[in-house]
Formats: sequence, C-alpha cells, structure tokens
Amino acid sequence: MVLFAFTMLLCATMLAYFVNRRAALSIRAGGVQLHSLESFHGLFAALSVLVPVLVGILLWLALEGTAVDGFMLRSLPEGTFEGLDSGASQLIVAEIKSIAGGRVFGTPEPWKIEAAERLVRYHRIADWLLVALVATSATILLWFARRSVAEQFRARQSAERIVLGLMIFCATAAIFVTIGIVFALTFETIKFFQIVPITEFLFGTSWEPQIPIREDQVAAEGAFGAVPVFLGTIVISTVALFVAIPVGLMTAIYLNEFAPHRVRKTVKPILEILAGVPTVVYGFFAVLTVAPAIRQFAATIGVDVAPNTALAAGGVMGIMLIPFISSFADDALSAVPRSLRDGALALGATRGEMMLNVLFPAAIPGIVGGVLLAVSRAIGETMIVVMAAGLIAKMTINPLDSVTAVTVQIVTLLIGDTSFDNPKTLSAFALGMMLFLITLIINIFALRIVRKYREIYD
Amino acid sequence: MTDITPEQAGSGSSHSATELVRKSLARRNRKQRVLQGFGIAAIFFALSMLVILIGSLISTGYPAFTQTHVELEVYVDPDEVNPDNLSRGSYDEMIAVSMGAYFPGVDMTDRTAAREVTQILSSGAQLLLRERVIADPSLIGQTVNIKVPASDNFDQLNKGLVKRDTPERLRRVDDAAIERFDTLNEAGIISTPLNTRLVTNADSRFPELAGLKGAIIGSFWALLTCFVISFPIGIGAAIYLEEFAPKNRLSDIIEININNLAAVPSVVFGLLALAVFLGWFGMPRSAPLVGGITLALMTLPTIIIATRAALKAVPPSIREAALGVGASKQQVVFHHVLPLAMPGILTGTIIGLAQALGETAPLLLIGMNAFITSAPSGPFDSATALPTQIFIWADSPERGFVSRTSAAILVLLTFLISMNAIAIYLRQKFERKW
Amino acid sequence: MNDMRKIERDVKMADTKITARNVNVFYGETHAIKNVDVDIAENTVTAFIGPSGCGKSTFLRCINRMNDTIDICRVTGDIQLDGSDINAASVDPVQLRAKVGMVFQKPNPFPKSIYDNVAYGPRIHGLARTKSDMDEIVERALRRGALWEEVKDRLDQPGTGLSGGQQQRLCIARAVATEPEVLLMDEPCSALDPIATAQIEELIDELRQEYSVVIVTHSMQQAARVSQKTAFFHLGNLVEFNDTSNIFSNPSDPRTESYITGRIG
Repeated sequence: MVLFAFTMLLCATMLAYFVNRRAALSIRAGGVQLHSLESFHGLFAALSVLVPVLVGILLWLALEGTAVDGFMLRSLPEGTFEGLDSGASQLIVAEIKSIAGGRVFGTPEPWKIEAAERLVRYHRIADWLLVALVATSATILLWFARRSVAEQFRARQSAERIVLGLMIFCATAAIFVTIGIVFALTFETIKFFQIVPITEFLFGTSWEPQIPIREDQVAAEGAFGAVPVFLGTIVISTVALFVAIPVGLMTAIYLNEFAPHRVRKTVKPILEILAGVPTVVYGFFAVLTVAPAIRQFAATIGVDVAPNTALAAGGVMGIMLIPFISSFADDALSAVPRSLRDGALALGATRGEMMLNVLFPAAIPGIVGGVLLAVSRAIGETMIVVMAAGLIAKMTINPLDSVTAVTVQIVTLLIGDTSFDNPKTLSAFALGMMLFLITLIINIFALRIVRKYREIYD
Repeated sequence: MTDITPEQAGSGSSHSATELVRKSLARRNRKQRVLQGFGIAAIFFALSMLVILIGSLISTGYPAFTQTHVELEVYVDPDEVNPDNLSRGSYDEMIAVSMGAYFPGVDMTDRTAAREVTQILSSGAQLLLRERVIADPSLIGQTVNIKVPASDNFDQLNKGLVKRDTPERLRRVDDAAIERFDTLNEAGIISTPLNTRLVTNADSRFPELAGLKGAIIGSFWALLTCFVISFPIGIGAAIYLEEFAPKNRLSDIIEININNLAAVPSVVFGLLALAVFLGWFGMPRSAPLVGGITLALMTLPTIIIATRAALKAVPPSIREAALGVGASKQQVVFHHVLPLAMPGILTGTIIGLAQALGETAPLLLIGMNAFITSAPSGPFDSATALPTQIFIWADSPERGFVSRTSAAILVLLTFLISMNAIAIYLRQKFERKW
Repeated sequence: MNDMRKIERDVKMADTKITARNVNVFYGETHAIKNVDVDIAENTVTAFIGPSGCGKSTFLRCINRMNDTIDICRVTGDIQLDGSDINAASVDPVQLRAKVGMVFQKPNPFPKSIYDNVAYGPRIHGLARTKSDMDEIVERALRRGALWEEVKDRLDQPGTGLSGGQQQRLCIARAVATEPEVLLMDEPCSALDPIATAQIEELIDELRQEYSVVIVTHSMQQAARVSQKTAFFHLGNLVEFNDTSNIFSNPSDPRTESYITGRIG
C-alpha cells in the first residue's frame, strides 16, 4: 500500500511536469514570448506536487504506528494494565502485535486476538486513508500548478525558490541531527536523574547496574556511581595514546622529511588501510591474537594479567589510531612554510635538527589538534572495548587489570532491553550524555586549534 | 673581492670554527640517524601490526571456507513419512539407519549408541533430507544420495584443528569417536568441498550450517537506505553551503556543527536511533531500514565535506563563463559545476558508505544483533548486518565460530576493499587538472 | 569639472546605450569605484584603460551585474540600459546578462563540445525551438566569432582542446550566440599571443557593426587600435572620458597624460 502511494505520487509528479510543459508550449506556439522556459513551468509543477505530498507521506509514516497503537490500546477492555508495571504491559502489546503479524504462540486470550484483529483492521484503514489523501492532495496541487501557467509567470524563479528551499532544508538537516541527539539524550537522562540522584552518578565510586527483576528478589539495589566506569575509559585511552602518539608522530616525521619519495608513496596508502579496518575487526583481533599474546608473555616473565586486560583493548585501539595521528601530523608538518625549513637548513642545521628544532615546534598546534581528535575517538570507541575489555567496573588505574569503559556499559546495558523506565537502561543514556558532552568539548576545542593553525600559515 | 687568500682563511679563528663544526658533525649526524631509526621502527611496527592482523585473520579464517561433508545413501522409508504433511516424518531415523550400515557392530535401536554414531553429522542433516523430500515427494520409497555436513567437532578433527595427539581428556572428541570417524573416512564418504553455505545460508546455531546470507542482504538494505537518504541530502547541503549560503552566523553554525557531527562517537548515534526512531516513532526493531537511517545520519557529514571539497575544486572561471551567458546561479551549479564535481563527490560517497558498512555499535543498539535464521525479504524485516554478525559469531562459544568469524571478517574486508578500489579508480580516471 | 559636463553632452548626441551615473562600488571596506559617470554609445567600441587595480574591470562587471556574485561587493548609483535601471528590483540579472554578454580575461570554455559551448546560452534562454534552429544559431555565432571555418568539421570535440586564441574566439561566439546587445570584454587578449590578439582585435571591429562593445584593456595600443571612445580610470575615479583620438593625442588631465606617456601605472 505504501509502495502504491509512492508510485502514485511519482506518476502525479511526472504528470504535473508534462501537463504544465505542454501548456507552456502551447502558449508559446501562439507566438507569445514566455517569461520562463517551458521546462521550468514543468519543473515548477512537478516540485509543487512532489514536495508537499512527500513531506505528508513521510510524516504520516512516522506517526502512523504510534497513532494506530494508541487506538488499539484505547479499545482494550478497561483495567487491562491495572497493577502492571510497564514491562508487563509492553509484553502484552508486543504479544498482540505478534498475533497481528501472524505469529501465534500457544493459545492467547480471546481479547488479545480481538485486539490483534482490530490492529490489523486499523492498519488497513490507515493505509487506505493514506492512499486517498495522496490522491486528493496530488490532484488539488496539480490543478493549482496547472493554473499557474501564464505568459508572465516567473516559473524559473518559483522553481528555483523551491529548490533553494530544499537545499536549505538539507543543510539544516545536520543541525536537526544534533538537536535530535541532544533532545533524546537529555530527555532520557532527566528521567534517569529523577530516579538516581545526579550526585551519586557523578561522584559515586561503585557501579553495579543490576536491579531486581521481580519485586520479591532481594538482590542488590544497584549502584550508579559512574566514576569507575570513566576511570576505565581513561585507563584504556591512555594505553591507546601511549601506543599511538609516539608511533604516529615518528611515522609522520620520517615520512614527511626523510623517506624517499617511493617509500612515502607506498607506505601512506598502506597506513590508510589500518584506518579503514572496521573497529569490530580490531575488537576480534584483540580477543583472538593480542590478548592471548599478552597473557603468554606475562606468564613467561611471571606477571599476573587479568584475562580482559586493559592492555589488550588499549593497545589495539592504539594501533587503530596510528594512521589517524600520523596523517594529522603529516599535514601539520607539510603546512609549515618552506621558508622556515630553508632558513634552518641555510644556517647549517642537519635535517634532523631542522625537524626537531624548527619544523616540529612550528607544527605543534596542528599536531595537538590532531591528537585531541584522537583522544575523543579513543573515548568514544566502542567495538574494541566491548569485545576486549571487561564488564565489571573497578576503581583501578592498573592497565594489567580488567577494566570496563563507558561505551561498554552503554552497549551491554541496552542490548536486548528497550523498556525506557528502569534505571538500568536509563543509566546508559546518562552515560551517553556524558560521553557526548566530553567528546563535543574536545572536538570543538581541537577543531578550533586546527583551524587557527591553518589560518596562521595560509 | 676581499684580499683574504685561501691560506689566510684556513688559519686563525675561522679555522677553529670549521674544526668545531666538523667535530660536532659526527655527533649531530648520529642524532639524525637515531631520529630516522625511530621513524623506520615506527613504520615497521605499524606495518607489521597490519600484517599480523591480516595474517591471523587468514590463518584462522581459511578453514571456514571448506566444510567436511559425509555422503550418505538414505532410504526414504514411506512408513516413516506422513504423506499428508511431508514436514512430519522421522527423517533422523532414516539417517541413523543409513549411518548404521557403516557400523554393523552398533545396535542402532539403542538410543545412546545411535546418538554416538549420528553425532558425527550436523544436527541439520535431517532438515536437509526433509527439504529434499518436500521439494521432490517422488523420492519417498527411494534411496537418496545426500551429502550432509559433519558436525563442528568432527569438522575440526578432519581439518586437523582438533589434534589427535592431545590427551583424550583435553580433547573434545574422544578416541572412540575418532575411530568411528576414521571408519567413515576409510569408507570414502568423507569429503571437504568448498563451503558454499557460508554465503548461501543465513545464521544458525550450528557453526557448520551458519552462513552470511542474511547478514549480507541486511547490510545491502541498510546501505541502500543509507545511500538513498544521505546522498541527496548531503549533496543538497553541500551545494547550499558552498554556492549559495550567505556568509553569516547561521552558515558558520551549520559548518561547525557538521564538522563536530563527523566526530561524534558512533555509539551516540545508536542512542539517538534507539530513543527517537524506536522509542518515539515506533519503528521496527532490528530492521535494516532503521539501521540505514542511522548510518545515513553518520555518513551525512562525510558526504557533505567531500562534496564541498569537490565543488571547491571546480575553477571559478567556469562559473563566470556560465553566468556571463545569462545562466541563473542554479543553472550554473546544476549544468556545469555539479557534473564537473561528480567524480569527486562519488569518490567521497563511496568512502563514506564503506565506513558505514563497517559500522557496528549503532546497529547493536537498534537490535541488529538478533539471532535470525532466515534472510530478510525486505528492509522492514528483522536482520543482522555483516559487522553485527561478526560480533555475534565472535561471542559464540562453539569452536567452529572462531574460524567462521575470521572468514566473515575476510568477506567484509573484501567488500570494503572493492568499494575503496572503485573509489580510487574513479578518482584516477576522472581526475582533472585545471 | 566643467570640461566633463561638456564631454557628456557631446556623447549624448550619439545613440546612448548605457548611462551610468554616480556609480560607487565597495568591496567590504574598500571603496573600489568612486562616483563614476559614463555613457556608452551604440555600435561603438568603448575602451576602459588605466593602471591595474584602478577599478576598470570592477566597473565593467557592474554593467551586467556580475558583481552580484561576490558576497562582500556592494554597488550604489544608477546604471541604465536603454533608459531602464538595471539594478532595479524587478530586473532579473539573468535576463540582463542575456542582453549584456561578457568575455573574460582567460578563455574559459566549458569542458564540453564546441557545439554545446555555443548552444548552451541559446538553450537555457529557449532561443531555438528545433534542432535545426539550434544548428543555425551555432553556425551563425561561430561565423561571427570567425571560428566557423576552423571548427566546422569537429563541432563535437571538446572546446578545451582548441588553442588559446581559438578558445577565446569560441568564448566570443558563445557570448554572441545569445544575441546580446552589449558585449563586455575583460582584457580578452591578455592571455593570448600576438597573432591571436590581432585576430581578436579584427573581430572586435567587426562586432561593432551589431553590438556596443566595451573592452577593458591594459594595453594603450590596443585601446587606440580598436576603440572609438576611451575612458581612463585611476584609483577608482573616472579621470577622463573622450574620443579615443582625443585621449591619446590631447589628454586634458595631467594624470591621463602621465599614464599614456608611461610615467604612472
């Protein structure tokens, strides 16, 4: 049905184009000079049919599900959800939906089957309504567009205004995404802080997000002190930067100044491969190869290492960040004006001295910007830590120990659980909010440094 | 010309300066060589990590590209099949009987003994037989030649991954089982052909049956959605910002915003999708459509940035020429600038899509890590994607999934490499020097 | 100043195509053109000369509102084409540019075929109804651009493959193809060799039969060779505007005199 609505819209759009073009042509054939070319009359008509109806369809589709569910819920017998927490009521809704989808498990109560039938019926009605709406609105718009064809009608300007409007919409889409992120995170985070005090979250040193599943369970209350989680992220990121910064910078220095042209030309793209490997692959690499290697090595020198050591996750993350830092540093070094290099060399400095005493210091702002971006990446990196780091939050800064990370907690708390009303899932959003804010601040800072640096030498 | 002769220059204070320089030079050059050494060591480290990464994936992944099979002659007993409903029938019995033929000493009516024999075969063997019979009911009452996969442990044994010389109690296959397997091997019914199920099957609980079809199709739908959304919006945004936007505060904010968005952690996009798309709009969980929309939001900044760079590279003289003959600003852009920038835009888009293909975390949060044993038939069906499938398999305890994870990664990397190769080809073919 | 008024009256006696009064142009804070008054006559070649950075190109770009495309550029004053204000809100710069064609300093053919280069303007303005109409327009334009004989057998080859002089003639043909009334040329020969320059100059003289041509040039010899009227710009001011012969033989302003004799510039 939806597909049919889209097809209809497409046909109406094409129809509008050809009808108006024909109309414009026939005016022109009468010997009148049109203001705009006939194809613009067609384009204007097509756009003025396509855009409003398309927006309508998309809005409809976005809201249909919720609306239909609402109608269905209102028709349920009174008191169905009385005394049930939201998890149980969601289960009922899910069951009705799966019956409606034709997947019946066991023998459900008759009222559930009835509700499912009603749901199916509402959906069918909604579909028909959509098609009818598309048909009428397209017809009306087509009629208006057809009437616009006239000798003096500025079809080009009108069509271009619509196109410009569309482009402005596209440009602001990025802003909408940011607003969406902020809203979604804030909304759920506020809900979380209504259950768990913000001070406990920010300063608590114990993170045990297990909560009782049933009323009668006497399990732990659950603790939501985020400090150890962030500590874990810091430990892993530090390990990563310890690997990535020296290797990345040395690589950049060598490639920028000393490497023969052919070496530079081959090594740079190979390093780019490291940057293009998906993080889930790095995660598997950490589990499959690096962690066992570290354990084995530690065993031979008699050191005790936790199975999910921060060293493995951090080290692999560091490998991932090498090309990131090296390409930023390489760009920064290349941006230093030739005159500075030449000045140093003319004084009789060796190329090494020129690099260490002149080029590198001059490039430091640009490099710092790149390193900061790498820090923000390390903090936000998810898959490597999800696969290779631990789950238990510990107050430790020992990289040999098993630590968890912010992103690990977000993912594990949310996998397979979507009810948005218990502190366990909501805490993931609070963590996400913190993560977003921290990386945002670092990013703004880093991008500003990078931009300033470019301006200095441009 | 001054009147200092060479001999004079070689003596006195200037002599000692030269001497000083000469003396220190060795030390300074050594310092430079150390610096260079560090550089080479760094590159060597990075490259060797890449080699180890690829090497370990290939060495663990290659066994998964073949699969041990057992070839059986199975008599489809009409008494055991329900003629009204062919999917009801004791197909496991029929297979057990045909296996029993190789073990005359084993009493196949004894359930435990029979189990020991049939455990060599995959638990999916009876399903394969059932499919054959359902597809062709005339087979009932006949003897069918069927090749069924061996179960994971015996597959490992056959490939030498389970070592025969490890002590029995540390081995997952005991000596008796090895002996039984060898009996079949001597009978010549064991073979190890190419594992086509890796790409023709969807996921399964049993490693020997698990394949990537569902994940590949899921990734396809997600990427298609991602492309359909992010390509037009990205280009529209880039054109507006590069060609039309007035230089004011708003366009500054948009620009800063896009740069920041490109650096937002991917898991945050997952949170957005979970709260907004699934929570508020009630979109289906685990659907590639939702995954694609989420990926589109992440790919958008990449495409915008690449498109702007490509538009910037078109020289202003082309714009002036078109304006000069009376083209409107939009005609200039759509007739001249955009077509000339297209190769650059496509290159950037493909690279953006390649990143999206490898993205995992946001897909996990919207439930694309579900266990789904059939390939999705459309973008609304529940599905996994390649990277989430890798994550699922990497988390599975069965030994067979280790090599399958590596194999899946190799498949994913193949896709990524081909996409990047296309991008590089486009860039080189259409690169234009102005 | 009294002299200037007198000159103005003289010019007005010919058929005036473009009248500019009190034109000022600002680039951000920079005042690039200061109170310029000019009349451009029909079927005349008018040359703008002056040292580089004097604003002659900027002023030229006011006439077809190419300065609109520069964000920080602001134009005030009154420019009239056939008695109607070109900066009026009701005037579409696109239609203006179809009437006032322009040829640029560096030849800038589109990276398309020769045919498509010339046909582009007529196509977007809807000047041809059929393919044969278009063929005719292209041929006529290329003939007027004195390029037809050289390219008639390879119209489908890219315009960027021609020599520099041919490219510039292609650009002239492209500008002519939209049937403009005024042709603006911004140093059209500065990127060309002497032979190509001579060809273009010859062409300009022919074009005068049908168009008002305004040419910006840094070469006084060129101005003297091709133009009937010459305007001398200096530091954003229009210093002197007169018949070309007068300017070069008997300049009335000392600045003009020193420029022509090579003391400033």
